[in-house]
Amino acid sequence: MTPRLGPARWAAPLRRGGVGVAALVLACALWELYKLVGPDAGAHLFGASVLPRSDARSMPHVWDVVARMGTPESSAAGSPSVGVAMLHACWFTLRVSVVGWLAGVVGGFALAVVMHGSRIAEAAVYPWVVLSQTVPLIALAPLVVGWGGKIHLGDLVWERWMSVALIASYLAFFPVAVGALRGLQSPQQAHVELFRAQAASPWRTFRSLRLPASVPYVLPALRLGAATAVVGAIVAEVSTGTKGGIGRLIIAYAQSASGDPAKPWAAIVAAGILGLVAAGLVSLLGLGLGRYRIAEVS
Amino acid sequence: MSTQIPTGTLAPARPATGLTPAVEARGVGKVFTTRAGAVTALENISLSIAPGEFVSLIGPSGCGKSTLLRLIADLDAPTSGELSVFGKAPRVARENQDYGIAFQQAGLLPWRTVRANIELPLELHGVGRAGRAARATELLELVGLPDFAGHFPHQLSGGMQQRVAIARALAEQPSLLLMDEPFGALDEMTRERMQTELVRICQESQAAVVFVTHSIPEAVFLSDRVVVMSPRPGRIRQVVPITLAGGAERSEELREDTSFFAAVTEVREALHEGHVDRGGSGGTAPTSTPRGVDAR
Repeated sequence: MTPRLGPARWAAPLRRGGVGVAALVLACALWELYKLVGPDAGAHLFGASVLPRSDARSMPHVWDVVARMGTPESSAAGSPSVGVAMLHACWFTLRVSVVGWLAGVVGGFALAVVMHGSRIAEAAVYPWVVLSQTVPLIALAPLVVGWGGKIHLGDLVWERWMSVALIASYLAFFPVAVGALRGLQSPQQAHVELFRAQAASPWRTFRSLRLPASVPYVLPALRLGAATAVVGAIVAEVSTGTKGGIGRLIIAYAQSASGDPAKPWAAIVAAGILGLVAAGLVSLLGLGLGRYRIAEVS
Repeated sequence: MSTQIPTGTLAPARPATGLTPAVEARGVGKVFTTRAGAVTALENISLSIAPGEFVSLIGPSGCGKSTLLRLIADLDAPTSGELSVFGKAPRVARENQDYGIAFQQAGLLPWRTVRANIELPLELHGVGRAGRAARATELLELVGLPDFAGHFPHQLSGGMQQRVAIARALAEQPSLLLMDEPFGALDEMTRERMQTELVRICQESQAAVVFVTHSIPEAVFLSDRVVVMSPRPGRIRQVVPITLAGGAERSEELREDTSFFAAVTEVREALHEGHVDRGGSGGTAPTSTPRGVDAR
């Protein structure tokens, strides 16, 4: 590996960004290409649909979706444009997701530390960590809301968004717990013995060896956690009936799918962008940690 | 067993500067319990290493030379016998930081600069920033890498990384240096240069060295004594004192000296004894041929 100095340091992120934009353009082009050549009514083989419909109701033009964002949400006086409503909803969901992500990261990392600390704890806890992800979120959502209603901690009033954040954290903790555990266990035998030969305390070994060594594993886990926190928040909004977020917006806009097909697509695009923004924000964390990621590449 | 040589009684080539030996092993054994049963890695090892003495452990794979080093470093515990480092239990010696250690893999922390890697042991033991920096500068000078202080390990060649690892092992001015095939992964040219440097470094630091190696010329060039070991179970077969022209001065020319070749032959014959019958080998040490020992 060559040292990352000077302009080369920025070339790689720029190239990655360029590839990302190109992928987006390509996706739009494919969408339009299918609209051009695909059959309007789709294709059926022995009664089963094998090709989707490409008519304007099922697949609005990309530019129609973009244009729809600039026009008012409804015909009611003073209604905001779809784009503005989207931004508001995204901002709400993003904040809830961040709270859920933070809780998930703290919880996931704590679990990883506990599991790393003792083999018995790992054997006891790890299967539950994996099992937790097999429980469907929609089954949990009403339960969490129900428990939330019963929580009275002094002045704390349990609000609906807190339930949403909790459910988001339930998804976000998983990659963090798994990634951090792998990371904490990643130092080579030679390094561990080096610290042992120096009579370093377990805490010192943790701080100066295991924690830095876990960075290449934890960063992708944090990114993944951010994306799943957004998904968790959106699903939780829908299943708990929380107002104000993008999840609610998707449901609301879906109702106008037949008459105004570009509108639900706008909400779906917004949810996608929100996930990207969340993962992107977390990626920024990695910028200052370059030296800990050398092991990732070499 | 009649095959055991009372090596502990052999006088070190270099006179001891202190009364307590750097390493003293009396009847040390190590048995690993594996799923397949008990494996005897070391049996009845008796050896005394004087302060400032350079001793190499040589022998075929599986002769337990690395295991012996790990026992001295307290990375493993012996299952029988007595082992002391500067008169203390190995655990105490480890906790007192009486030794520095270097492995075959340099084992530098990739996220630390060369300087920070060298400072690691000092940092772990609470030496202040200024003290660490001064010592690191000294060591960088010693291993010939003053221009690479700010580099990261992956920017260095294998030989340079190994020099950093040696500098790190020397950071706390240990009176004992434990090295497990530190040049094993290097090419021959780099290896010879590193050996010459190690001789110089050892003369400057006055540390006793236990050096594990596969290479006969390397062991001969570096050592005051070469401990030849045999495998299954790991035992000391013979201890060969090395007397080269020029005494402790080991220069490049020495590699072509007749005394060097004579010592190499002597160690080689000690290694192959019991496997190839070569007759008289100079008769420097009272040896008996171990039976049933498989030497490569």
